Amino acid sequence: MTDATVTPPMRAKGKSLMADDARTQKRNAAERRFKAYGIIAILVGLSFLVFLATSILRNGIPAFTQTVVQVEFTLTQEEFDAAEGTLLKTSAYTDVFVSKLTEQVSAQGLDVEVDGKAVERLLGKVGGDLREFYKENPDQIGQPAQFQLAAASRVERYLQGKLTRDMVVDGRFLEKTDLDIVDALVDAGIITSAFDWNFITGTDTGVDNPGGAGIGASVIGSFFMMLVVLFLSLPIGVAASIYLEEFAPKNRFTDLIEVNISNLAAVPSIVFGILGLAVFIQFAHLPQSAPLVGGLVLTLMTLPTIVISTRASLKAVPPSIRDAALGVGASKMQSVFHHVLPLAMPGILTGTIIGLAQALGETAPLLLIGMVGFVAREYPDGLASGLLDPNSAMPAQIYTWAARSDEAFFEKAWGGIIVLLLFLMTMNIIAIILRRRFERRW
Amino acid sequence: MDDYYTTDRKMSTMQDTKIAASGVQVYYADNHAIKDVNVDIGDKTVTAFIGPSGCGKSTFLRCLNRMNDTIDICRVEGDIKIDGEDIYDKKVDPVQLRAKVGMVFQKPNPFPKSIYDNVAYGPKIHGLASSKADLDNIVEKALRRGAIWDEVKDRLHAPGTGLSGGQQQRLCIARAVATEPEVLLMDEPCSALDPIATAQVEELIDELRQNYAVVIVTHSMQQAARVSQKTAFFHLGNLVEYDDTDTIFTNPKDPRTESYISGRIG
Ligand SMILES: Nc1ncnc2c1ncn2[C@@H]1O[C@H](COP(=O)(O)OP(=O)(O)OP(=O)(O)O)[C@@H](O)[C@H]1O
Ligand SMILES: [Mg+2]
Repeated sequence: MTDATVTPPMRAKGKSLMADDARTQKRNAAERRFKAYGIIAILVGLSFLVFLATSILRNGIPAFTQTVVQVEFTLTQEEFDAAEGTLLKTSAYTDVFVSKLTEQVSAQGLDVEVDGKAVERLLGKVGGDLREFYKENPDQIGQPAQFQLAAASRVERYLQGKLTRDMVVDGRFLEKTDLDIVDALVDAGIITSAFDWNFITGTDTGVDNPGGAGIGASVIGSFFMMLVVLFLSLPIGVAASIYLEEFAPKNRFTDLIEVNISNLAAVPSIVFGILGLAVFIQFAHLPQSAPLVGGLVLTLMTLPTIVISTRASLKAVPPSIRDAALGVGASKMQSVFHHVLPLAMPGILTGTIIGLAQALGETAPLLLIGMVGFVAREYPDGLASGLLDPNSAMPAQIYTWAARSDEAFFEKAWGGIIVLLLFLMTMNIIAIILRRRFERRW
Repeated sequence: MDDYYTTDRKMSTMQDTKIAASGVQVYYADNHAIKDVNVDIGDKTVTAFIGPSGCGKSTFLRCLNRMNDTIDICRVEGDIKIDGEDIYDKKVDPVQLRAKVGMVFQKPNPFPKSIYDNVAYGPKIHGLASSKADLDNIVEKALRRGAIWDEVKDRLHAPGTGLSGGQQQRLCIARAVATEPEVLLMDEPCSALDPIATAQVEELIDELRQNYAVVIVTHSMQQAARVSQKTAFFHLGNLVEYDDTDTIFTNPKDPRTESYISGRIG
């Protein structure tokens, strides 16, 4: 700008266009430098992302697999009758299992001593499970059957290398000889790892059973909360923004509202949690740990995000469109709903989904209203119970697992993070698809 | 000045007054944009507003269908009557007024919808069509009057914003006439048009004059001379001179008018 006001120095006439003069060279160098900074910034960002993704995957993938002992054998009618005829029926079944296992191991040319006690240490109460199976399915007697039995968490950690031979103190939980058995079973292909469906579909367990813990119940909790957030914050947020942007008079009062909405967006989420505790639970006496209350708190948190993004996308619609509609005699409301809102839709949807994604990952306010991980013990059986019965949500569940002392829960926490990220990614993809669908480039 | 004089133009027998404005003042916050304008606009007449850029032609035009209501800082004082009714009366719904007083804006502003929907929108919301075939007829008629039918008849469902600037402006004219207004306000409708389209639009304006009052803002003095029967010259927010078009162009009373039309101020 300033160059224009001072008289420019006389330009040398007749200079070749083929050679850059000093000024041009300087400008080009500045541009190159700026581009380099940009590329460096992107690379730094990407490397953080890669680091994050690999560490999450490396730590979290084991949560999805489970170490199992896989054996196939046939229980004959005589063996069944014999076992049922004894006094200690389950231990008779254990003995049958031990003999079948030994048979299969020695068939592979390996030689280890397996006994009933060792099997119980490695696999838990196998005999009971077997008996239950054959009592319930008597037709399976005499048929070859596949058994997949979950190994104890210590076996899993031994195989992962987290538990070494020196750490095994004989007589407690595992004995050194058990590890020989494990090695032999691995060689025989009897111990393998399988996908752990229980992690996806299960509920939280007590602190003493990390192997059985699953994230399923808290996924459902998160789902019900998101339902509440979506059905409250989208209509309220969009209606408020349309009124503020299109209808409200521009005066001090609406300015004040505008400033306060922006401020709300910056309020730390834990404040909303305290508010929810005080208002919804202590004052309104809604049940503790209920996804309904969680959803209400997160609605408060999501509203400003939705209002701000909706207003921004309404503002971005050119005023000439409104003039055009009013000019042909449309009412204010017709002009907004027929012309402005459809154009603002992609922005509104994106804002809403970003708000929902934020809410999905929010932990602190949920802990305050009691939606901690260990309440996620059972699945709800319907809409009302889904909204009102105590449940947790994915991030709170992850937090609870990470805070437990047993290291095996740590792995569950990482696995939970993968599940949470998958949900967030799905939401973002939905946002992109909706955006594409609604966006009109004309 | 003789070249402005067109003898073949049908002289208007001065019709009844359609719009009567008296003592109109418009303020944009502290900016006094229209200063005490009195003007009577006749029915079945084309009235041209001319004047240098920024003198308030668009502002005054927008007063006539209360489009200025949408500008928060804009304040209109004075008295504007259409068919003897004060349009700024509390009882008047501006939405109803705008159905009666159509407008073509300075910048083409088609809806980001199909060409068909652009034109059909007004008739639809005012319930002018009883059936789909009826609506198709209205759309075709409007597009023909907008002098754009031949260019778009094969792509009625293509986006209106995909047309060229001049085509968009004619689409906007078609959109405005589709609702059958009684008064048509046109803010520089031909500024983006080539001479052929301009001639078509001028023909349209002349045809509209049979039934409507047309007010047109233009920077082209030739155009004002060709299409209008009455001309108003604005300067710095004042209505300097308002008279028969012939009188303005051949025998202006005010020296400012004379220097403007002869190209000395602008
Ligand atoms: N929306 C607005 N807000 C504030 N001031 C405005 C607004 N619109 C117009 N004005 C002011 O009002 C005055 C008249 O503007 P107007 O648009 O009526 O001029 P015009 O005669 O139509 O000019 P042009 O021939 O360039 O279109 C100008 O000084 C302009 O700055
Ligand atoms: Mg103008």
